[in-house]
Amino acid sequence: MNSRTNLYRAGALLLPGLPTLLAALTTFVLFMLFLLLQGKPAWQACQLVVQGAFGSAFAWENTLQRAAPLMLTALCVALPARAGLIIIGGEGALVLGGLAAAVTPLWLPAMPVSVLLLCMALSAMVVGGFWIGLNGWMRQKRGLNETIGSLLLSYVAIAIFNQLVEGPLRDPASLNKPSTIALDDSVMIGPISDAFQVHWGLVVGVIACILAQVLVRNSVTGFSLQVVGGNVRTARMIGLPVDRLVILTCVLGGACAGLAGMFEVAAVQGSANAAIIAGYGASGILVAFAARQNPLAIIVCAILLGGIEASGSLLQRRLGLPNATTLILEGILFTSLLAWEALSPRIVAWRLRLNERALQTQGALQHG
Amino acid sequence: MADLDLATFFLALLAGAIRVGTPFIFVSLGECLTEKSGRINLGLEGILVSGAMAGYAVAYLSGSAWTGVLAAGGTGLLLGLLHGAICSLPRVNDIAVGIALMVLGTGLAFFLGKNFIQPQAPSLVAIGLGGWSDDERVRSALSINVLFFIGVALAFALHWGLRSTRWGLMLRLVGDHAESARALGYRPVLVRIAATAAGGFLAGIGGAYLSLYYPGSWNEGLSSGQGIMAVALVIFARWQPLRCLWAALLFGAAGAIGPALQSVGISAGYYLFAAAPYALTLAVMFITCRPNQTLSGAPGELSLTR
Repeated sequence: MNSRTNLYRAGALLLPGLPTLLAALTTFVLFMLFLLLQGKPAWQACQLVVQGAFGSAFAWENTLQRAAPLMLTALCVALPARAGLIIIGGEGALVLGGLAAAVTPLWLPAMPVSVLLLCMALSAMVVGGFWIGLNGWMRQKRGLNETIGSLLLSYVAIAIFNQLVEGPLRDPASLNKPSTIALDDSVMIGPISDAFQVHWGLVVGVIACILAQVLVRNSVTGFSLQVVGGNVRTARMIGLPVDRLVILTCVLGGACAGLAGMFEVAAVQGSANAAIIAGYGASGILVAFAARQNPLAIIVCAILLGGIEASGSLLQRRLGLPNATTLILEGILFTSLLAWEALSPRIVAWRLRLNERALQTQGALQHG
Repeated sequence: MADLDLATFFLALLAGAIRVGTPFIFVSLGECLTEKSGRINLGLEGILVSGAMAGYAVAYLSGSAWTGVLAAGGTGLLLGLLHGAICSLPRVNDIAVGIALMVLGTGLAFFLGKNFIQPQAPSLVAIGLGGWSDDERVRSALSINVLFFIGVALAFALHWGLRSTRWGLMLRLVGDHAESARALGYRPVLVRIAATAAGGFLAGIGGAYLSLYYPGSWNEGLSSGQGIMAVALVIFARWQPLRCLWAALLFGAAGAIGPALQSVGISAGYYLFAAAPYALTLAVMFITCRPNQTLSGAPGELSLTR
């Protein structure tokens, strides 16, 4: 072993991170440039983004609070993606799941809070799972494209939500902001601890991502899914239940999005109202693609995106920048992440070459 | 009385079809052009919103609504160019890029448009066609914007262009089978970038219609998914410009059902009717799709239908 061997090895190990690094750099430069062109203090704004996202305990709380639903809606994209589906209708599952969770305690007799919460989570997951599962079913049985189908179903879901919240499920006491009857304080999901003011959705989100990772990496189902995603004909030839597998991942993904809706209702809003239609579905798509559909990477990407969104209020307070500043930053970041992805075939080649070099120098050392 | 109600209802529906449908005409024709080349642009929503903002801002600053329309088209052209260029890189998913651009476009529009929420820009003129009636409602329903006629003309022009010109043939070939286009000496990547940019231009103009005519002012809730809906609309229209025109009018009418019913005193299901165009598209797709078979008329290179 000499230092050159190690250098090659380290290079080969670090190469996959290159696109992400380049994307971060591009984003930084472009975002600075945009702010400078606007005559805004660009450097200070960048500092504030970091500070507002991760600079203090309060910032971290704010960030993680936003990251929780993003993890779950990202799973709604990433799980079906293993089977080769691009689902972009997570928002619909979130919204209807949230609504289901909000009305469950109203329709159930009195029972212990923990059981009640479990029922709420279950109903949110069933409704969300059904909604995205419907996409899987329509695709497998009718050949209806799941991307467009899920998009359309998402709009239908939002219309159903609005109709129900404005109509039969509306709390007469909610005057100019229609919502369902507010949840009792006892079923509201509190923070993880007094010192750490983030609701339990974060824990559930992280656990869901880890479970998803185990499912896709370490289980037979996960492997079967990968075969289905890789080549359907092969999958059918070796006798895999393709339809069932595809619909199953859609149901699981939808259940995650529904759960996100439940936490928005039971931990943040206190009732189902239009505030839960906040674009978590669309942000989840970005998180999933930035994480390359890898469940563990979703945790990191969701926290990053949550941080950017959380920094918005600080930018507004300190520099008077509009809220949309964070949207621009997000847009630039994800566009460049996706664009630099184009390097990945080359990186595979470069890695092979570096590994080869490492072996050569090692061999030369042994023989020489 | 019932007769009058029915007449009012249909008049409101017709007016809605034209008023709400016009931006759909532009966005869907743009998306149709893009998809014909084998690419899909979900970023049209962002383009629509930034086109609306740019159009309004420029119209306000220059005092001319038509300059605003051109600026909106130019903005759309630039964003479309960006989408086309990024999607041409290897291993880049066009659906994901579209969503990223949607976020970027909306962000840019909200950021730069902050100062234009208050002032009143000159709006586009409407041509009154209702001179033959004394009824105020008929006249207001029939006052139609020039952009509507341009959109209709454009649909026919595109229909002819795609079918019978060399350019149209090349575009369709690139969208159907890039390999054979390459064999004939065309460059699919360039054709696609051009088609995406042109699609962006049209979507930008659709945006200008929103901010300069109906609803007619710039604000952040201006577009409610019209851009993203265009993707579904084009599928509904089976990638044919003329059908895009009818589909856009149908979507406009379907979107106007709720308000039209309300105008005659029926308000039940108002919010549900907002989903009418989407449910309609879904139903049509569900009925016409067959498993293991691509939709008839679909460009062969389109990632959506492969």
